[in-house]
Amino acid sequence: MNDQSQRGTGFAGPQVAPPQGGDAEGGAGGNLLTLKGVHTHIGAYHILHGVDLAVPANQLTMLLGRNGAGKTTTLRTIMGLWHASQGSVTLDGQDITQRPTPDIARSGVAYVPESMGIFSDLSVRENMLLAARGARSLDDIDTQRLEWIFGLFPAMKKFWLHPAGKLSGGQKQMLAVSRAIVEPRKLLLIDEPSKGLAPAIIQNMIAAFRELKAAKTTILLVEQNFNFARQLGDSVAVMDDGRVVHSGSMAELAADEALQSRLLGLSLKAHQ
Amino acid sequence: MLSRLLSNDLPRSRWLVALLIVLFLGLAFAPFLFPGVKALNVAAKVLIFVALVASFDLLLGYTGIVSFAHTMFFGIGAYGVAIALNAAETPSWAAILVGVFGALVVSLVLSLLIGLFSLRVKAIFFAMITLAVASAFLTLASQLSDFTGGEDGLTFRVPELLSPGFTLTEEPLQTPLGEVDLNGRLITYYLIFLAVTAIFLTILRIVNSPFGRVLQAIRENDFRAEALGYRTVVYRTLSNVLSASFATLAGCLLALWLRYNGPDTSLSFEIMLDILLIVVIGGMGTLYGAFIGSVLFVVAQSYLQDLLRMAGSATEGLPLLPALLTPDRWLLWLGVLFVLSVYYFPTGIVGKLRERASLARLKGEQP
Amino acid sequence: MKFLNADFDWKPLALVPALALLALPAVGSPSTWLTLTVAGLAMGMIVFIIASGLTLVFGLMDVLNFGHGVFIALGAFVATTVLASMGSYTTADSLWLNLVALLPAMLVAMAVAGALGWVFERLIIRPVYGMHLKQILITMGGMIIGEEMIKVIWGPGQIALPLPESLRGSFILGDASVEKYRLLAVLVGTAVFAAMVWTLNRTKVGLLVRAGVQDREMVESLGYRIRQLFIGVFVVGSALAGLGGVMWGLYQQTVLPQMGAQVNVLIFIVIIIGGLGSTAGALIGALLVGLMANYTGFLMPKVALFSNIALMVAILLWRPQGVYPVTSR
Repeated sequence: MNDQSQRGTGFAGPQVAPPQGGDAEGGAGGNLLTLKGVHTHIGAYHILHGVDLAVPANQLTMLLGRNGAGKTTTLRTIMGLWHASQGSVTLDGQDITQRPTPDIARSGVAYVPESMGIFSDLSVRENMLLAARGARSLDDIDTQRLEWIFGLFPAMKKFWLHPAGKLSGGQKQMLAVSRAIVEPRKLLLIDEPSKGLAPAIIQNMIAAFRELKAAKTTILLVEQNFNFARQLGDSVAVMDDGRVVHSGSMAELAADEALQSRLLGLSLKAHQ
Repeated sequence: MLSRLLSNDLPRSRWLVALLIVLFLGLAFAPFLFPGVKALNVAAKVLIFVALVASFDLLLGYTGIVSFAHTMFFGIGAYGVAIALNAAETPSWAAILVGVFGALVVSLVLSLLIGLFSLRVKAIFFAMITLAVASAFLTLASQLSDFTGGEDGLTFRVPELLSPGFTLTEEPLQTPLGEVDLNGRLITYYLIFLAVTAIFLTILRIVNSPFGRVLQAIRENDFRAEALGYRTVVYRTLSNVLSASFATLAGCLLALWLRYNGPDTSLSFEIMLDILLIVVIGGMGTLYGAFIGSVLFVVAQSYLQDLLRMAGSATEGLPLLPALLTPDRWLLWLGVLFVLSVYYFPTGIVGKLRERASLARLKGEQP
Repeated sequence: MKFLNADFDWKPLALVPALALLALPAVGSPSTWLTLTVAGLAMGMIVFIIASGLTLVFGLMDVLNFGHGVFIALGAFVATTVLASMGSYTTADSLWLNLVALLPAMLVAMAVAGALGWVFERLIIRPVYGMHLKQILITMGGMIIGEEMIKVIWGPGQIALPLPESLRGSFILGDASVEKYRLLAVLVGTAVFAAMVWTLNRTKVGLLVRAGVQDREMVESLGYRIRQLFIGVFVVGSALAGLGGVMWGLYQQTVLPQMGAQVNVLIFIVIIIGGLGSTAGALIGALLVGLMANYTGFLMPKVALFSNIALMVAILLWRPQGVYPVTSR
């Protein structure tokens, strides 16, 4: 019980074995998601200038880059919220480039936007119920899965009937992630989950994502916090000016300080 | 010199220029080109609508504000003159001035209030609120019968110079096109003509000034305008006030022409719809659209009703058609035309002509 | 909905009894006050039935339908035809028979209005999603066309819509007389409200609507085809407007082709007061408007419409986005 308090609020350790799920075989070369030459325009602005990205199956890929590099736009393009004007987006071998967002979601993609997308007037329970597409009522949700989520984020259980708008920033973030995992998904797109969170809570997040990885889910995670990224990422892609300028394994990037400095303008030591 | 008069806002299309010249000359010489009472009435109505719609375009086309209170200001102007001339012992120019001035003051206050209120509410709210206020005003005008003459309205006399009885020459003028009475009506017509021309050119000046450019910036992206340091509320309110004032003046002219005013002549919802239709068909944010649109619309409205009547009697035996083709159902066809214009004609006539002109220029042909 | 959550914002709800109590000394006699209050609540309920659809449509899809009035008028006119054809049932002095006549009239009116709503959404609204200015213009155009078509079908004049026999007259409670029909209106309105609350809170569809009103994009990202939802809400909203039209027509005992435009203004005031997108807000707004109209109609008839505008302004000064603003997307 003592070591629990050192791990910060909300995290009670994996008391429930994480259910297996989201096990995807991936398309060619073990990549679940592939972007080829994707250009995106928003109104008159040309944001993505030919993005090539490969997200390997059953791994956590970090999408890094400074502000304005086009990371969020990339996620939104994959999700179909903005349509690519050129290029292709392939999920599990299928071309999803021009598909409408609900169809893409139904293909097994969950999206956690930067703004979290919490329905503040709805309770935590109702938020989760909505996210569980297959469920007509609460009884339809897999209790084992729900218990697992409560294990990761006990605050969800505590505030189950409270309006989501009343949660703290960190708890809202947890809710957003909980929604994304309430049912097994092939791919999770997560945009800056650690933004604005207290360091203790960030640690919880890291632990939760580690469990997700163990549960064999493919994750594409956008981050600015390199420390966060380094602890979780298997592969990494760095974006700048609407293009992917580097991709490879996280271990390789973490070991190469010069490369980090060049790509991200920082050294790991400075961000310990 | 001409471009300075037009505040450098040139038509930019040969067809448009031709059309504008023809229509302008037609209106300038209307009493002589189209002799007869009805034609003169139509011409006067055209002029008044030009002023009314141009002032609305300032608000809608240039500032991007939808307001259904425009007819309210029109009515205030009309009632101002009507009440003043009705109350005066003998109709005098002084009475007219009092009426106009009083109306402008009322409009100023109301438009200021409405404009400042838009501070607190979003655009949609604003549109709905103006609708509510205009409806309330209409009801008020009908109910305050002691003041406004209620449902029946006010009939009054105008100063001698403007009245039909006043004649410049004993005999009417004989022209190849017909007889023209050189009487007070003619003088009133030209008074209106000059006033409307002045109003139109003033509005043209306003929209082409730095002030006007800020209005357009606000219309495009008010966040950005605010971020650039322009207090959008101030500009919007000013636009509201200016638009209302010109509408009020148009109302004053209407009252002088009709020598009568009632709730239906100036405050009715149908007039608001007419304004919307004209501004859409003519072309929003162009001002010339208000001019061309008004001519087309008023002429059509006056003469097409006859056309509908003929079509109705022609299809008499058939089942549904006669009910659809009567002049009473003019509004139905207006509605259809309106909806079609918003879809297929969003830039209006002027917009279309200018597009063709710039395309032609790009292709290297004569514009 | 808000009621079911931990801390419920009761202040707007308190406005309704507050207004009623304020009016009591102004009106003077308690029995007159009772009659007026019931009349106000009845009118408010009818207005709520009509406004609820409009506010959900705006909240869910950001579409402002200035033509909502056409469904009101259509419902009322359809009811005149249906009731006329059931003449004997309406003249009989049996509540049961009268209801047998009234119910089909309501259902047919709702069905026709709903069907027109579907057509309206396809033809008029769909092409202008996201363009507020065009929506305002086009839906207004749609309403004009609708109003004129009503004149084509039913003639341009007003038509009487008499109440069925057993619903005429009033109950006498002491000194006060309370009209039977108005009580029925309150009952029907409450039933509609209850049905709405139940649907919005206890069904997944309702959940989707409430979520969609807040964040349409997120609902799509969760995998729901919100377009279908919208069509559904629009049709239901139109059907409810039709029902409201029938009840309004019976309340006034006549129907006019212009009634849509007339009620439109009231509806807008109601949803502005309530907050665009909020059902509870629409109810409160409607009740306030109904009460206000009846109290001022009795005390100072000339300023009746202005009083509602003054009410709206007062509320907006307190809460610029309405009493229950829907949390922004």
